[in-house]
Amino acid sequence: MNREDWTMKAKLLKTSAALAVVAALGSVSAAQAEDLTLCWAAWDPANALIELSKEYEAQSGNTMHFEFVPWTSFADRMLNELNSGGKLCDLMIGDSQWIGGAAENGQYIKLNDFFDANGISMDAFIPATVVGYSEWPKNTPNYWSLPAFGDVVGWTYRKDWFAEPQNQADFKAKYGRDLAVPKTFAELKDIAEFFQGREEDGKKVYGAYIYTERGSEGITMGAMDVLYSFGFKYDNPDKPYDMEGFVNSDKAVAGLEFYKSLYDCCSPPGMSNAYMGEGVDAFKSGQVAMQMNFAFTWPGFNTDPNVGGDKTGYFPNPAGPDGEQFAQLGGQGISVVAASEKQDAALTYIKWFAQPDVQAKWWKLGGYSALKAVVEDPGFATSQPYAQTFLDSMAIVKDFWAEPSYATLMQSSQKWFHDYVVAGNGTAKEALDGLAADWHATFEEEGKY
Amino acid sequence: MSDPMAHRIAAATPPALAHRIRGLSDRAIAWVFVAPTIFLLLAVNIFPLIWTIRLSLTDFRTNRPNNPVKFVGIENYRKILTDADTWLSLQATAHFLIWTIVLQVVIGFALAYLINKKFRGNDLWTTLIVLPMMLSPAVVGNFWTFLYQPQIGLFNYVIAFFTGADPSSFSMIGEVGLAPWAIVIVDTWMWTPFVMLICLAGLRSIPPSIYEAAECDRASKWRQFWTITIPMVLPFLMLAVLFRGIENFKMFDLVVQLTGGGPGATTQLVSIDLKREAFEKWRTGYASAYAVILFVTVFGLASIYVKALNKVKDR
Repeated sequence: MNREDWTMKAKLLKTSAALAVVAALGSVSAAQAEDLTLCWAAWDPANALIELSKEYEAQSGNTMHFEFVPWTSFADRMLNELNSGGKLCDLMIGDSQWIGGAAENGQYIKLNDFFDANGISMDAFIPATVVGYSEWPKNTPNYWSLPAFGDVVGWTYRKDWFAEPQNQADFKAKYGRDLAVPKTFAELKDIAEFFQGREEDGKKVYGAYIYTERGSEGITMGAMDVLYSFGFKYDNPDKPYDMEGFVNSDKAVAGLEFYKSLYDCCSPPGMSNAYMGEGVDAFKSGQVAMQMNFAFTWPGFNTDPNVGGDKTGYFPNPAGPDGEQFAQLGGQGISVVAASEKQDAALTYIKWFAQPDVQAKWWKLGGYSALKAVVEDPGFATSQPYAQTFLDSMAIVKDFWAEPSYATLMQSSQKWFHDYVVAGNGTAKEALDGLAADWHATFEEEGKY
Repeated sequence: MSDPMAHRIAAATPPALAHRIRGLSDRAIAWVFVAPTIFLLLAVNIFPLIWTIRLSLTDFRTNRPNNPVKFVGIENYRKILTDADTWLSLQATAHFLIWTIVLQVVIGFALAYLINKKFRGNDLWTTLIVLPMMLSPAVVGNFWTFLYQPQIGLFNYVIAFFTGADPSSFSMIGEVGLAPWAIVIVDTWMWTPFVMLICLAGLRSIPPSIYEAAECDRASKWRQFWTITIPMVLPFLMLAVLFRGIENFKMFDLVVQLTGGGPGATTQLVSIDLKREAFEKWRTGYASAYAVILFVTVFGLASIYVKALNKVKDR
């Protein structure tokens, strides 16, 4: 065998060895590839997440499956899954209020060690979303999810109707000021009354769409969105779970009375059990001048053929009578389900999702990133017509109880608010007294006193 | 065994099995056949019932599997029976139950009486009338929310046409005074055909000879109706009432789709209330007690009713 033959043989050996290594690695990665299921609500951002996740699938070799449930049955379906220890979901983008129960009942895995090991810092996210979506107990560095989708209740309005000279003139004649984006709830009601029953684009329109849904959380999200700015507080800041005089304070009563008056005077007929979807329909079909809804709906309006572009404007929750200005937090964090047998693979998804470039793409696709690097980017506020309103709204958020007994607390508020606002039974004071009593009983059962 | 077929079966049966079967008494063989059914009933009905009763005496919550479960005796029962909301739900259920049964029996019987007559297109009309009961309650609930929609709903426009009222001036599912009737109307629309079919079976079971004899005795049509038709259809009618009564006592899907139990708690039937306690508030022990109370109520009422039904049949 001459030297050339040896060289050839050596090359062949090297090539074979290299191929063997590649094949071996390939088989290893094939063996590690997992089918992951992510559970979330069925809505527009979920479709954006499917698109975004294709990149993860290409990079990791894992295959993503999605289980999306409509909002009105989302909590029912997914809490049932968590409570029963079901293995359907490996990753859960659960509602912010579930965090207490999921943490205390061992349904989500704690992510602190994972975050530390992978250099994921919660300081990199909008503080309100970290407290709202990730922490339990609140305001402690115990993390159960990564902020996945920042959301908040705000308002859309018909910019074209507001700008119409005749409307401007009529409004000024009646109220002595320009028809403009309301700064206070009192102004908002004036505008709603002004448009109620008015003819726009050849048809009768209505003042304002607000949440009234009874079954899940709708009317609570809507009423709380207003009550916060009127002075409602969940409990005594100095004495947790002490609610007397806070939940049912005079200011809170005024807030609930205002919400009912807005429902009575200015909402479209038949909106007695309406939530996000009905609001979107009412606004897109040109029925209402203003609409309360979560920010996730805004990209859909912006591109809508009927109300898109310059026809729609956005504004954050106006201030209450004393100048206080708050908004109801929405949105969710992404967690790894403790019952999942693929926790390691699920964590790789969260690691990938936390990357700044992925978060930037998430925003572009219609997902509201909670990463500071995205929202504090100089171009962010002007990147979409609603981006500045989103930022302004996220700065004033408050959230409902996130206690383990949140579902019971929510059902009480749903009952009392709907009974007063929609059914017209009793007074606002009676409703809030009843609510405070119910919540007290719930916390008593929980051993909080 | 003189039958050749029996001989062939005996010959084909393996000796060991034949021996084993021959060794069993008739009673034992009967038990062998009945045992799987009894086992299934025990597993599917009796065990869950006993388990529910056991849970009803505790403070167990499904969403707190790690919490210690405390025996609370009849505390859950006491709370339920002294809770004003429970009685409101029972009132709403009673209103729904009574009016749906009354309307469905009256309209169902009238339709059956008409359909029982021979006329052109009889089969087509029968098919059209029974269509609603073939639909899914969720679908029915959903499309009736559109029919009741004040701005675009056909129902409001029909009412407006006859009364001259503004269609958008009232909301069938949004007003306290109207919502209980809104759910009664939809259930009646959907399930009257079922009552009609049962009544039709009753009407067709009456031998024509009885009417012929009545004609010979010069009995008027009115008298024939009250002395022949009604008594002979009565057991069928009572059966229809029993079926609809049990179904509507546990009505859930249709009403949830229509009103979600609202406005307020106006249409919160007991099944909706129970579901909220069990699967939204996750008060499993409390909800179990609630379920036991409802079970005893339905079972007790149904037992009394079945006895009455048997008496009517024996008459």
